[in-house]
Amino acid sequence: MVNLDEPAQSNPAQAPAPQRQEAAAAALRSVLPEDCVLWREAERRPYECDGLTAFRQIPMLVALPRTEEQVHQVLRLCNRLDLPVVARGAGTGLSGGAMPHASGVLLSLARLNRILEINPLARQARVQPGVRNLQVSEAAASYGLYYAPDPSSQIACSIGGNVAENSGGVHCLKYGLTIHNVLRLRGFTMEGELLELGSSALDGPGLDLLATVIGSEGLLMIVTEVTLKLIPRPQLAQLVMASFDDVGKAGDAVAAIISAGIIPAGLEMMDRKATQAVEPFVRAGYDLSAEAILLAEADGSPEEVLEQIAEIERVLRAAGATALTVSHSEAERLRFWSGRKNAFPAAGRVSPDYYCMDGTIPRKNLGHMLKAIEQMEAEHGLRCMNVFHAGDGNLHPLILFDANQPGEWERADRFGAQILELCVQLGGTITGEHGVGVEKINSMCVQFSPRERAAFFGIKRAFDPSGLLNPGKAIPTLARCAEYGKMHVHAGALPHADLPRF
Amino acid sequence: MPAPSPTPTCRDSEPMEAELLRLREQVLIARRDRTPLRLRGAGTKDFYSASNSQSTPCTTVDLRPFSGILDYEPSELVITARCGTPLSQIEAALAERGQFLGFEPPGFGADPTLGGIVAAGLSGPRRLSAGAVRDFVLGAALLAGDGELLQFGGRVMKNVAGFDVARLLCGSLGIFGIITQVCIKVLPRPRAEATVQLEMKAGEAIEAFNRWGSRPLPVSGAAWYDGGARIRFSGAVPAVEKACTQIGGKRLDAAAAQRWWDSLRHYTHPLFSSDSLWRLSLPQTAAPLDLSGDPLIDWGGALRWYAGDQGERDVRELAQRAAGTAMRWRGPAATGRFHPLSPAVAEIHRRLKRAFDPEGIFNPGRLLADL
Repeated sequence: MVNLDEPAQSNPAQAPAPQRQEAAAAALRSVLPEDCVLWREAERRPYECDGLTAFRQIPMLVALPRTEEQVHQVLRLCNRLDLPVVARGAGTGLSGGAMPHASGVLLSLARLNRILEINPLARQARVQPGVRNLQVSEAAASYGLYYAPDPSSQIACSIGGNVAENSGGVHCLKYGLTIHNVLRLRGFTMEGELLELGSSALDGPGLDLLATVIGSEGLLMIVTEVTLKLIPRPQLAQLVMASFDDVGKAGDAVAAIISAGIIPAGLEMMDRKATQAVEPFVRAGYDLSAEAILLAEADGSPEEVLEQIAEIERVLRAAGATALTVSHSEAERLRFWSGRKNAFPAAGRVSPDYYCMDGTIPRKNLGHMLKAIEQMEAEHGLRCMNVFHAGDGNLHPLILFDANQPGEWERADRFGAQILELCVQLGGTITGEHGVGVEKINSMCVQFSPRERAAFFGIKRAFDPSGLLNPGKAIPTLARCAEYGKMHVHAGALPHADLPRF
Repeated sequence: MPAPSPTPTCRDSEPMEAELLRLREQVLIARRDRTPLRLRGAGTKDFYSASNSQSTPCTTVDLRPFSGILDYEPSELVITARCGTPLSQIEAALAERGQFLGFEPPGFGADPTLGGIVAAGLSGPRRLSAGAVRDFVLGAALLAGDGELLQFGGRVMKNVAGFDVARLLCGSLGIFGIITQVCIKVLPRPRAEATVQLEMKAGEAIEAFNRWGSRPLPVSGAAWYDGGARIRFSGAVPAVEKACTQIGGKRLDAAAAQRWWDSLRHYTHPLFSSDSLWRLSLPQTAAPLDLSGDPLIDWGGALRWYAGDQGERDVRELAQRAAGTAMRWRGPAATGRFHPLSPAVAEIHRRLKRAFDPEGIFNPGRLLADL
């Protein structure tokens, strides 16, 4: 029988007693230099949230180690003192995964920010977790190489954070997610054990623990070094922008491209509400009369790109595109992308607040989902603009609201949860790339059965028996799901009316 | 093998529900009687186990009857099938729609099942560019030690809800339970493919493979044996043509190229029948090791096979010194087949095993001798 014991969860909102904070600060100063321990409230406040600002919590202490050994010492100490540890990279996460614990240590890895090695022949980069995503590609550029995953926040987000969230980006349809581009991790368990997972080789003995740790949202171990795969930069990239008079047709066009055997480097979709929000702001040249636009990118050698662009154009025309524009210079290509990449800030311009959702559905259901979202807009009395990584069926509906209007945030929150539930019903998932964190913890009750969640806690305990790493995130307890009160919806499980249910 | 209908239903048919309940019954009985189960598909990888001899008496569970493609949607690039589904059936269904399995699972001269392919986690020559089994597995269902069916991952490419158990099952050799069904990403067949052969020494080949790898060439295979390097290009017609011209060498005709890559993928190359064979997984750039005989090189240098007597200690040590690991593929192994794990990693293996299969019912000794 699988152990259904769950970690005891202390109330994260409970402020620690001042003596406890003082004692913990003194202990941390025994392993870290004075300036690496923040204890004054004014110093701790900047860490109260990550990119998801609706959830805030000031940590008891902030630790800012500079070296791997200091990270090791902090973990050993916190494990001994029974202090929860929440890791933080650049703080750009969108699901509250780095939201601090009130009586715990916020472990910032921002100062472990060195690129340790770029090996152009092996096409690998060895970096510390605080290195920014874009920095890796910049450092590799002189060798004609780059690091493929490019989340929208790539200027700021850290590699450590990318590993924690298994970040994607607009090019992962062809080049994969973080998990496909990380070869090796080095770091420590909460107990202070050194772990080396994966290697510079392509496989190794035993279980693929590397795959388990990537996307584990800081619940399993603290990473201090990452080996990344670099790939040759394509000689050319070109973008087709297509207009559609119907969102359903645009969705079908996406399926048509894939069915034609084409894997574009990027395949994005924006609805009219999104293009109208970004155009005045970015002047990307989007067709504002279109109900939806598709952006399809081809990359490779000039000959390859020429062939693929012609084919994409043919398929899109057959799928009913009302207008087609092909980028004829790098500047134009980047301008077409700029609207898509600035969709989130644009939402912030047209509305006092916005709530970015992140679900995935099978591509064929895109049209259905868009129609359903339209109905939900009426139901909740809120507007929603839609940007999609259409190629992967990954949706980012941006729900617009005003937090100063009483009840609007609650309505936005319910709207979002409803979208995620529909994602699960359509055979998809509640998070494609932003993670569960604190934000979607209730929706996890909908996607996974109690027994499946118990298995997740089993994995958690295998790495972190004391349950001190990022407690209360990513996996909801039975009690939490009972409180939420929504049943788990599942497709194709055992016919087991005879089985006990928890 | 009859091809499945193009839009098969997702819902389990009555006989399969019964089959699943029968499997569950077997698990519950095994748990009650403490008789471990040996999970088996087509038996193509019976040899692939941590310990050569079976120490614990086991009841064999034949998973072949639990077979069938559940869902295949070419426009989603996703196929879902039960564990007992033969590779030939999956490949036939995909071929009909111009798609294939990018990780090229080995057939070992027979017809393995999907469950076995995932549990073993072995990938073919295309692993170099396309990725391994685990890079393609999107979701899986697991019949765990308490007889409960658990579903992890899903049918979509991007999914970060919960820990990635579906990928953890790849290469787990069945120690967590019965992988009853798997959902995998598939790829469109490349428009063109060509293989060129160049005469060079092993060391030169390793150097050349890495050099070519850092250029934007559509390499999908890079192997060397007995003085000949073979490089395969896949992609758009002009890209493949241009790559062949750039690299030079002798172009193999399509049938000869297919035979060569198949002999590596399916382990039918004569080297794999040697009495003594080591499989070394190394960084692609590792210089040739001080071992007797020239290796067969695959994965652009990252996989090296050494036949002939080597003396166990040397091989493991040499591999480790080159930042890699060594597996005893064939021949006696005093310290087991697989490269030893670090104590901290082994401890996590034991804890994970306890989490999914606390009674130790599934495949004892298969992944680790003492697990």
